[in-house]
Amino acid sequence: MNDVIIFSVASLGAIGIAASVILYFVAQKFKVIEDPRIDLVEGALPAANCGGCGFAGCRAFAEASVKQAEDKSNLEGLNCPVGGNDVMAQVAEILSLTVEEQDPLIAVVRCNGSLANSPKKASYEGASSCAFAHNLFSGEGGCPFGCLGLGDCVKSCAFDAIFINPETGLPEVNDKCVACGACVEACPRDIIELRPKGKKDRRIFVSCVNQEKGGPAKKNCDVACIGCGKCVKVCPFDAITLENSLAYIDPEKCKLCRKCVPECPTNAIHELNFPERKPKLVVAGNEEKPARPAVKADAEAVKIADTREVKKGTDPIPEEKAAETPKSVEKDDSASTGNSEETREN
Amino acid sequence: MLKTFKLGGVHPAENKISEDKKIEVLPLPKIAYIPISQHLGAPAKPLVNKGDSIKVGQQIAKGEAFISANIHSSVSGKVQKIDAVIDASGYKRTAVVVQVEGDEWEEGIDKTKDIKRDITLSQKEIIAKINEKGIVGLGGATFPSHVKLMVPDGKKADVLIINGVECEPYLTSDHRLMLEMGEEMMIGVEILKRALGVNRAVIGIENNKPDAIEHLSKIAKNFSGIEVQGLKVKYPQGAEKQLIKAIINREVPSGKLPIEVGAVVNNSGTAYAVYEAVQKNKPLIERVVTITGKSVKNPGNFMVRIGTPVSELIEAGGGLPDDTGKVISGGPMMGKALNSLEAPIVKGTSGILIMQEEEAARKQVLNCIRCSRCVSVCPMGLEPYLLEKVVMFEDFERTEKERVMDCIECGSCQFTCPANRPLLDYIRLGKNKVGQIMRARAKK
Amino acid sequence: MNLLKISGSPHVHTDNSVKGIMYGVIYAMIPALLVSIYFFGLDAIRVTVLSVVMCLLVEYLIQKYVLKTTVTISDGSAIITGILLAFNVPSNLPWHIILIGAIVAIGIGKMSFGGVGKNIFNPALVGRVFLLISFPVQMTSWPIPVPLGGKALTDAITGPTPLGIMKEGLSAGKTVSEIMPQIPDYVQNMLVGFQGGSLGEVSALALLLGAIYMLIRKIITWHTPVAFIGSAFIFASILYLVDPARFVDPFFHMLTGGMMLGVFFMATDMVTSPMSAKGQLIFGAGAGILTILIRVFGAYPEGVSFAILIMNAFVPLLDRGFKPKRFGEVVKA
Repeated sequence: MNDVIIFSVASLGAIGIAASVILYFVAQKFKVIEDPRIDLVEGALPAANCGGCGFAGCRAFAEASVKQAEDKSNLEGLNCPVGGNDVMAQVAEILSLTVEEQDPLIAVVRCNGSLANSPKKASYEGASSCAFAHNLFSGEGGCPFGCLGLGDCVKSCAFDAIFINPETGLPEVNDKCVACGACVEACPRDIIELRPKGKKDRRIFVSCVNQEKGGPAKKNCDVACIGCGKCVKVCPFDAITLENSLAYIDPEKCKLCRKCVPECPTNAIHELNFPERKPKLVVAGNEEKPARPAVKADAEAVKIADTREVKKGTDPIPEEKAAETPKSVEKDDSASTGNSEETREN
Repeated sequence: MLKTFKLGGVHPAENKISEDKKIEVLPLPKIAYIPISQHLGAPAKPLVNKGDSIKVGQQIAKGEAFISANIHSSVSGKVQKIDAVIDASGYKRTAVVVQVEGDEWEEGIDKTKDIKRDITLSQKEIIAKINEKGIVGLGGATFPSHVKLMVPDGKKADVLIINGVECEPYLTSDHRLMLEMGEEMMIGVEILKRALGVNRAVIGIENNKPDAIEHLSKIAKNFSGIEVQGLKVKYPQGAEKQLIKAIINREVPSGKLPIEVGAVVNNSGTAYAVYEAVQKNKPLIERVVTITGKSVKNPGNFMVRIGTPVSELIEAGGGLPDDTGKVISGGPMMGKALNSLEAPIVKGTSGILIMQEEEAARKQVLNCIRCSRCVSVCPMGLEPYLLEKVVMFEDFERTEKERVMDCIECGSCQFTCPANRPLLDYIRLGKNKVGQIMRARAKK
Repeated sequence: MNLLKISGSPHVHTDNSVKGIMYGVIYAMIPALLVSIYFFGLDAIRVTVLSVVMCLLVEYLIQKYVLKTTVTISDGSAIITGILLAFNVPSNLPWHIILIGAIVAIGIGKMSFGGVGKNIFNPALVGRVFLLISFPVQMTSWPIPVPLGGKALTDAITGPTPLGIMKEGLSAGKTVSEIMPQIPDYVQNMLVGFQGGSLGEVSALALLLGAIYMLIRKIITWHTPVAFIGSAFIFASILYLVDPARFVDPFFHMLTGGMMLGVFFMATDMVTSPMSAKGQLIFGAGAGILTILIRVFGAYPEGVSFAILIMNAFVPLLDRGFKPKRFGEVVKA
């Protein structure tokens, strides 16, 4: 009996030792020497592997960062949109470099051709794919530039940040957006654009990409940009350009003065997260024009309230948001409570 | 003996409602919308301006690229504007809008019905004439005919195949044309034969049109080297590659043109247009269009001027029925659903099909049960179920490997799918994406 | 007027439907069901009804409360699984074992993969094999068939199947010719169904009838059954020719056990068989050889279920390896 035990222990032990020796030498022989900083950089990244940086996943981005740091000792052109400035600062620290702060971006849907504004003129049946429908026809609402509402952007989003509002049939972006750009790629009609988030989340943009002339554009959609150029004239900062009967607000130049918004005859220019205009002041400045309620302002306000609740409730802050949380809480607070700055502006 | 192709194929209900209706001439429209891109390839360049007075048959746009075609006015009157007009694609494209006044024809066009039998032009002159008169393939693909007739160096055509199959359900325009203009068409075939320099031409007709087979066989006796071949009814026999396989049993290699196996295929309607262009000096300004559908009061076949809005043809067919669900330009298997009835009839419009609401509705999409019917009906030997899946998962590398570009979009797979899956929708999307990837690769 | 519909071509559709196919298979199983009622009496009805109801119930409950998707029990696929499961068990099986079989068949064999069309293995066979391994006694005590109003072959209430008799005899060292007298004769009894066995597998003739119906309606193609039977027959013949004392003749293999049921109703299950004709031929041939291998050399007397399940696992591989013939692939010189 004892012999059996000793024999089996000895033989199995011998096999084990032999195997481990082989493993050791194999591991030595096929060892890949890698810069240890790649692992460090990868550790600092959000591990979302979204591809928003233009590389195939976080590992590839880390490799590229280390390589560029070696070759050029800078990080120009490399940016992790998900992690934002904080993550990039960490990456730079690991590589003993510095990076410039970049404005955080957010996806903006530039179409307001909702079911009410652009009623259905045909009904589509078939694969629920914008890319396919785009090749097939101009769209249920008839606008050849407008949103098809079949959700290619929703499918492309890895962050649950964009969804179709069943009431309008249009996609809406929520604050989970990290500006990875997947939806911009996915949209066959180039409706979605990455724009700077803006101070206190405030943004002004033309919510239309229709390049038709006024008449045909208006025929399909009540809120289409008709290319009248009123906004171009009123803009004190030359931020608005008109091309192919379509106005475009350059976010770099726009100072968020909001002068263009009431000027637009079709309500195509949207302002987000601004306090409501004080009717008196507007009327005083421009008597014949009635004040327009800020489009979507109410909805946005609700959204901000929501997010704050979420942030209070969930203690472990999601990884991709960890970086920006301190700032955004501050942002939210000022947006909902303190109106001192706005009053001054007005 | 009847022939057919071997691989795949389906048998949709034929519904040739209008096959006994003689071709009538549709009254001129009030306004004609003549798109400058009615063919495969680059759009033509407009030659007229707003306010110009034009005559029937006058060239109004010039096809400048190698693959392009001239456009002629189908009506006389004043050019109202040159503007974007919605067409069968569902998008707005540039068209010459003509306010119709009278019916004044350009000089030199033989408007009579007399049959002119002597072919006097040489091979080169014929091709030049076909080019000049803007003839394109009238089967639906609208490939410019003169390009097809110019055999590339190093290749040799030995047989001309005339497509009189009309395998699409409902459509009867080719059938009526073969019956009523059989002799003219046959002269057109002879002209095409000379243009190609071949001694043999075969006209393929499915045997659901026995009268056409008989009629053309009789006429063919007066011509040398033209034979009529009856074919078993099977969709998609009218597809170029399938027709060549059926008639001369040659298989066009994947990604190649029929000329690779020495064959050139032309539609029977094209043969008639060639006759008119070469013998009568008449450009392609009108064509036979079927107006049909189960609820259509007065289905029929009409000789329609290019640029006539679809709505006017529908009026001639007895108006839009109340239970209309879909209006299709072309047949039910490959046609395009229209989203505007103001879209003009173009060179490639073989029919307007009005489908009933119920008939047109797609059924609920269910899980694939791997019944393999799509595989067995695919005439190209592809696996539609697999293509659908890989396109859905956006694995375009695999999509290309599974030879998505071989797909001829005949729709047999989707037609036959018991789970009502939108197979062809996804395959089309895959073709589109893979095409983009391939072009990007070619650029590098 | 209604809005015009826009969609990609084709705009017409056949009358084929998943439901139509599923109910076609159900109709094809009716002859075998009638034969089993004839031989096993009310018990056959009891087991079949129980099995179908339980399969439907399990699918309904899972779809409604676990997956929370639309309930699709009316498509008929669960009914097929239920009938096939009943066909694969003895007629005296207690209800709770049938319920376990239904839960395993539908729950594990089908719904865990995502429902109809997504399963890798034939659900009824998953259920059957699970029961066979878990309840070997109940699953292998076969009631002797008693024709309605007729007399039993022996006085015993239960007995082994011909395959079981053969296996036991051979392992006891007897030769085939010594065992043969204990087995009912082929044509009169086995073809018609007068043999011990599971509900639906006893009558080769009734199953063949159903198969012909499915072939005519083009629900199944000839490839899998022909390859299955052909390979099994050839393999069994070779063994028989090598040593007729140790190996029984091929006709015995064709007519006993679940051969016909497996060939026509379970190997042809479209969800779990290959897509291309070539793949189906390989699939059938593999299952045929495996069946004979298991029957002759394995521990179990019956091997059809295992053979089909094993080949089911190869289906993705076969789909990758055997593509249909493509148009324009062979360039003629």
